[in-house]
Amino acid sequence: MSFLNLFVAVPVLTVLGIMFTKDLKGTRIVSAIGMGIQLILAVYLMVFYMSQAGVNNLHEIIFQSDSVWFPSLNIHYYVGVDGIASAMILLTAIVIFAGVFASWKVEFLPREFFISLIVLATGVFGFFISLDLFTMLLYYEIAVIPMYLLIGIWGSGPKEKSAMKLTLMLMAGSALLIAGLLGLYFNSSAEGGPLTFNLIEISKITIPITAQRLFFPLTFIGFGVLGALFPFHTWSPDGHASAPTAVSMLHAGVLMKLGAYGCFRIAIFLMPEAAHEMSWFFIILTATSVIYGAFGAIQQKDLKYINAYSSVSHVGLILFGLLMMNSTAIDGAIMQMISHGLMTALFFALIGMVYGRTHTRNVNEMGGLLKIIPFLGVMYILAGFASLGLPGFSGFVAEMTIFVGAFFHNDMFHRVATIIVVSSIVVTAVYVLRVVGIMLLGPVRHEEHLKLKDATWFEKVSTITLLVSMAGIGLYPLWLSDTILGSLQPIMEKITMYLH
Amino acid sequence: MDFQYILLLKHEILLTLAALIILFVELFLPQNKKRNVINISLIIFAIVAFAGFIPTAQGNLFGGSFQGSRLTDVMKDILNLAVLIVFLQSTGYLKKSENADKMGEYFALIIFTLIGMDFMISAGDFITFFIGLETASIPVAGLAAYDRYKRKSAEAGVKLILLASISSGVLLFGLSMIYGATGSIYFADIAKNITASPLIILGFIFFVSGMGFKLSLVPFHLWTADVYEGSPMNITAYLSVVSKGAAAFIFTIVLFTVFKNITDLWELVMYALAVITITVGNLFALRQDNIKRFLAFSSIAQVGFVLLGIMGTGALGMTSVVYFMLVYVFTNLAAFGVAQAIYNQTGVETISGYKGLYKTNPKLSLVMMLALFSLAGIPPLAGFFGKFFLFTSAASHGYFILVVIAALNATISLYYYLLVVKAMFIDKNDKPIAFFKSSGLMRVSLFITALGIFVVGFASGIFEYIMSISSSIF
Repeated sequence: MSFLNLFVAVPVLTVLGIMFTKDLKGTRIVSAIGMGIQLILAVYLMVFYMSQAGVNNLHEIIFQSDSVWFPSLNIHYYVGVDGIASAMILLTAIVIFAGVFASWKVEFLPREFFISLIVLATGVFGFFISLDLFTMLLYYEIAVIPMYLLIGIWGSGPKEKSAMKLTLMLMAGSALLIAGLLGLYFNSSAEGGPLTFNLIEISKITIPITAQRLFFPLTFIGFGVLGALFPFHTWSPDGHASAPTAVSMLHAGVLMKLGAYGCFRIAIFLMPEAAHEMSWFFIILTATSVIYGAFGAIQQKDLKYINAYSSVSHVGLILFGLLMMNSTAIDGAIMQMISHGLMTALFFALIGMVYGRTHTRNVNEMGGLLKIIPFLGVMYILAGFASLGLPGFSGFVAEMTIFVGAFFHNDMFHRVATIIVVSSIVVTAVYVLRVVGIMLLGPVRHEEHLKLKDATWFEKVSTITLLVSMAGIGLYPLWLSDTILGSLQPIMEKITMYLH
Repeated sequence: MDFQYILLLKHEILLTLAALIILFVELFLPQNKKRNVINISLIIFAIVAFAGFIPTAQGNLFGGSFQGSRLTDVMKDILNLAVLIVFLQSTGYLKKSENADKMGEYFALIIFTLIGMDFMISAGDFITFFIGLETASIPVAGLAAYDRYKRKSAEAGVKLILLASISSGVLLFGLSMIYGATGSIYFADIAKNITASPLIILGFIFFVSGMGFKLSLVPFHLWTADVYEGSPMNITAYLSVVSKGAAAFIFTIVLFTVFKNITDLWELVMYALAVITITVGNLFALRQDNIKRFLAFSSIAQVGFVLLGIMGTGALGMTSVVYFMLVYVFTNLAAFGVAQAIYNQTGVETISGYKGLYKTNPKLSLVMMLALFSLAGIPPLAGFFGKFFLFTSAASHGYFILVVIAALNATISLYYYLLVVKAMFIDKNDKPIAFFKSSGLMRVSLFITALGIFVVGFASGIFEYIMSISSSIF
């Protein structure tokens, strides 16, 4: 048994534990303890990986364990992580830990809420530890379904409609994915050997280019739907706006990154030739995501919609970086996954907390909140700074790296695309600063807002966890950047092998 | 004849004995103790079902007219298991006062159909096949009309018997053409001589049309929703799981053995049938409010998925079909079980009537949700594995576009399954169904099905076992 199986076992045990709790308090405590253990494990994994990679300069996949599941189809339960997966696991653990504290006040069917939330997280953790395409698909779909109940039961606004839209769009994405993964499977053996779902094994061979041309778009779009790739992003604003706080956090913070990670780890990694051939098309789509999301955010007045559109824009940037297919840009894209994951989770947590107090998410109905709830206000400003890529926060390092990487391409098309995408930073500044100006500064618009209370202890735990992690990357990015770069080496060899 | 060879017929012999014993027991029970026939029948059938799992010899009987192999044994065991669950779920219905005079017949009729299905599965020639088919269809009409004072039930019975006979006629016509072209009724001989000649193609089309009625493939599906709605709910469950399962098994066997030399031809036919069956089934299921009609159309779509498995041919195709039907038995019977529990207690059989069910009956709602998610193919439930292997089977012959179409259809199906989940979990209702406790046997059956939904997927041993025996039929 590999150490990594704990990442699935702990959430499952937590869920079983919650089933046996009697009251609200017990449910909260069991969830917090379970996810706390999970966070400690994730930190340990990251530190262990870094110490190993640092000492031996070996960037191999650690904690590998391979057991046969369905021998006749050669389906294995194969786990193992490299630096990138470890970082994603750490991100997930931080966000779900913060998410549990952010949902401390859920009082309607709390047991069911925490069970669904943690089942969702189980799917995400399972996805990141897996190296077998079948188990990856399995965990991916486990992560999608609890969302329907979470949004449908505990959401706000037109929740049933948003939940249905989100679930169906993501499942349609996974329908494409099933075909894509089966396509990989049936082309996984060049010399007529046994077929395999093993990611590492498949990466050692070259999939025939005709097959790549069919299965790359299927796989990329399949994961791209979850990564809110334009024009498949429409589930994201509605879904995030209707979802309860913790779900928005986990979804925008982690799940959308899971989509991007899949695009990279499966579609681009296994089918680099087709990725290279078709990258122009997807670069146009992702650049559109970036710009469209940013302008979409300007138009919105609802805080959650603003942040949801902003997520579309930022995740578009991640996909954009991945499609540049050089190690600098991909390094930046992966840093952006982590950085944006933390940042947007913090945003959604704060929005949830503000909404819980003011009962409105309309920016124009709030004002002067910084004086009334200084802790949350300052947090919001800091998250905003990170969002617009101010130095000292994680966002700056990540975005800068992506743009530098993108500029390595010196042809007209890439230059123009990059310049367009860079300009989105200005738009980001507009919508972030506008919200800060109206909501936090200026006159108080409602008398009753004067009576609002500042953050409670659990809200502080939630937000500080996220802020500390963000600052940890922003102030000293090298630990993360080096780990990612190291783990990228074998992947880049495969991706650039045919580019001579 | 050796005793060992008689054992090849163990399923059929045991079932015949069981049916006769049940009929006699009911005859000799005193009037005030007639009710005991339910428990006696259950015990007898449980013994028969478990005895089926005892491994026996393989081989042919009656000059190749009857073939027994590990694979046919597994198919029969799956059907026995399904019927056992149906019996457990129907006690509530049978204990109603209007059924007091016809309890034994219920068990006997279902067992008779099972005997027919078993002969059909083991058939080695088209005569045995056809006799099995008729034995399996005629009692079903009686079952569909079991609520004889209800108009809809009588209508269902008449509809079923008329369409079953028409489809049998069509089927028989096709078989006669194949006999005319190849000069034999034995599967093995036909398989050797079959070519894509016009007469055989015509015969094949009639054969597929006839089987299409039994499987309710689109465009031969029109009877399904009416019959399902009219029949008592436990019969609907039986029709949608056992009848369908048996038809799917025999269809697969005949395609894989008799028509294996014209695979190119029938794969095209299956392609078209799969696409329209899944799509039409789904589109009609979208707007149903009656839970029986809803599950009827959903089961049409599910059978369409089976065709994907059939298209894989070979061991993988056979395994994926048998495995999917096993999964389907647990999944669909869980859904029907919950629907029956609710109907027997409250008379509610509409989805809108389920609103707010989770508040009052959380366990039933959870089982229903599991079943629906498994039907939609959501992991980690068994339905995901079943569907994935069907897709794998179709993909192994390069039908990736079909896989995309089917998987997108699975998403559409998720929409209507989620509508039921929404009704139970999300929608508010001032007067939800009050809390009730369903009968002990019903709870046992729901526990078995829920366990099956969880375990059958993960337990790769089941899939591997079917895989290891599935080539024995070729």
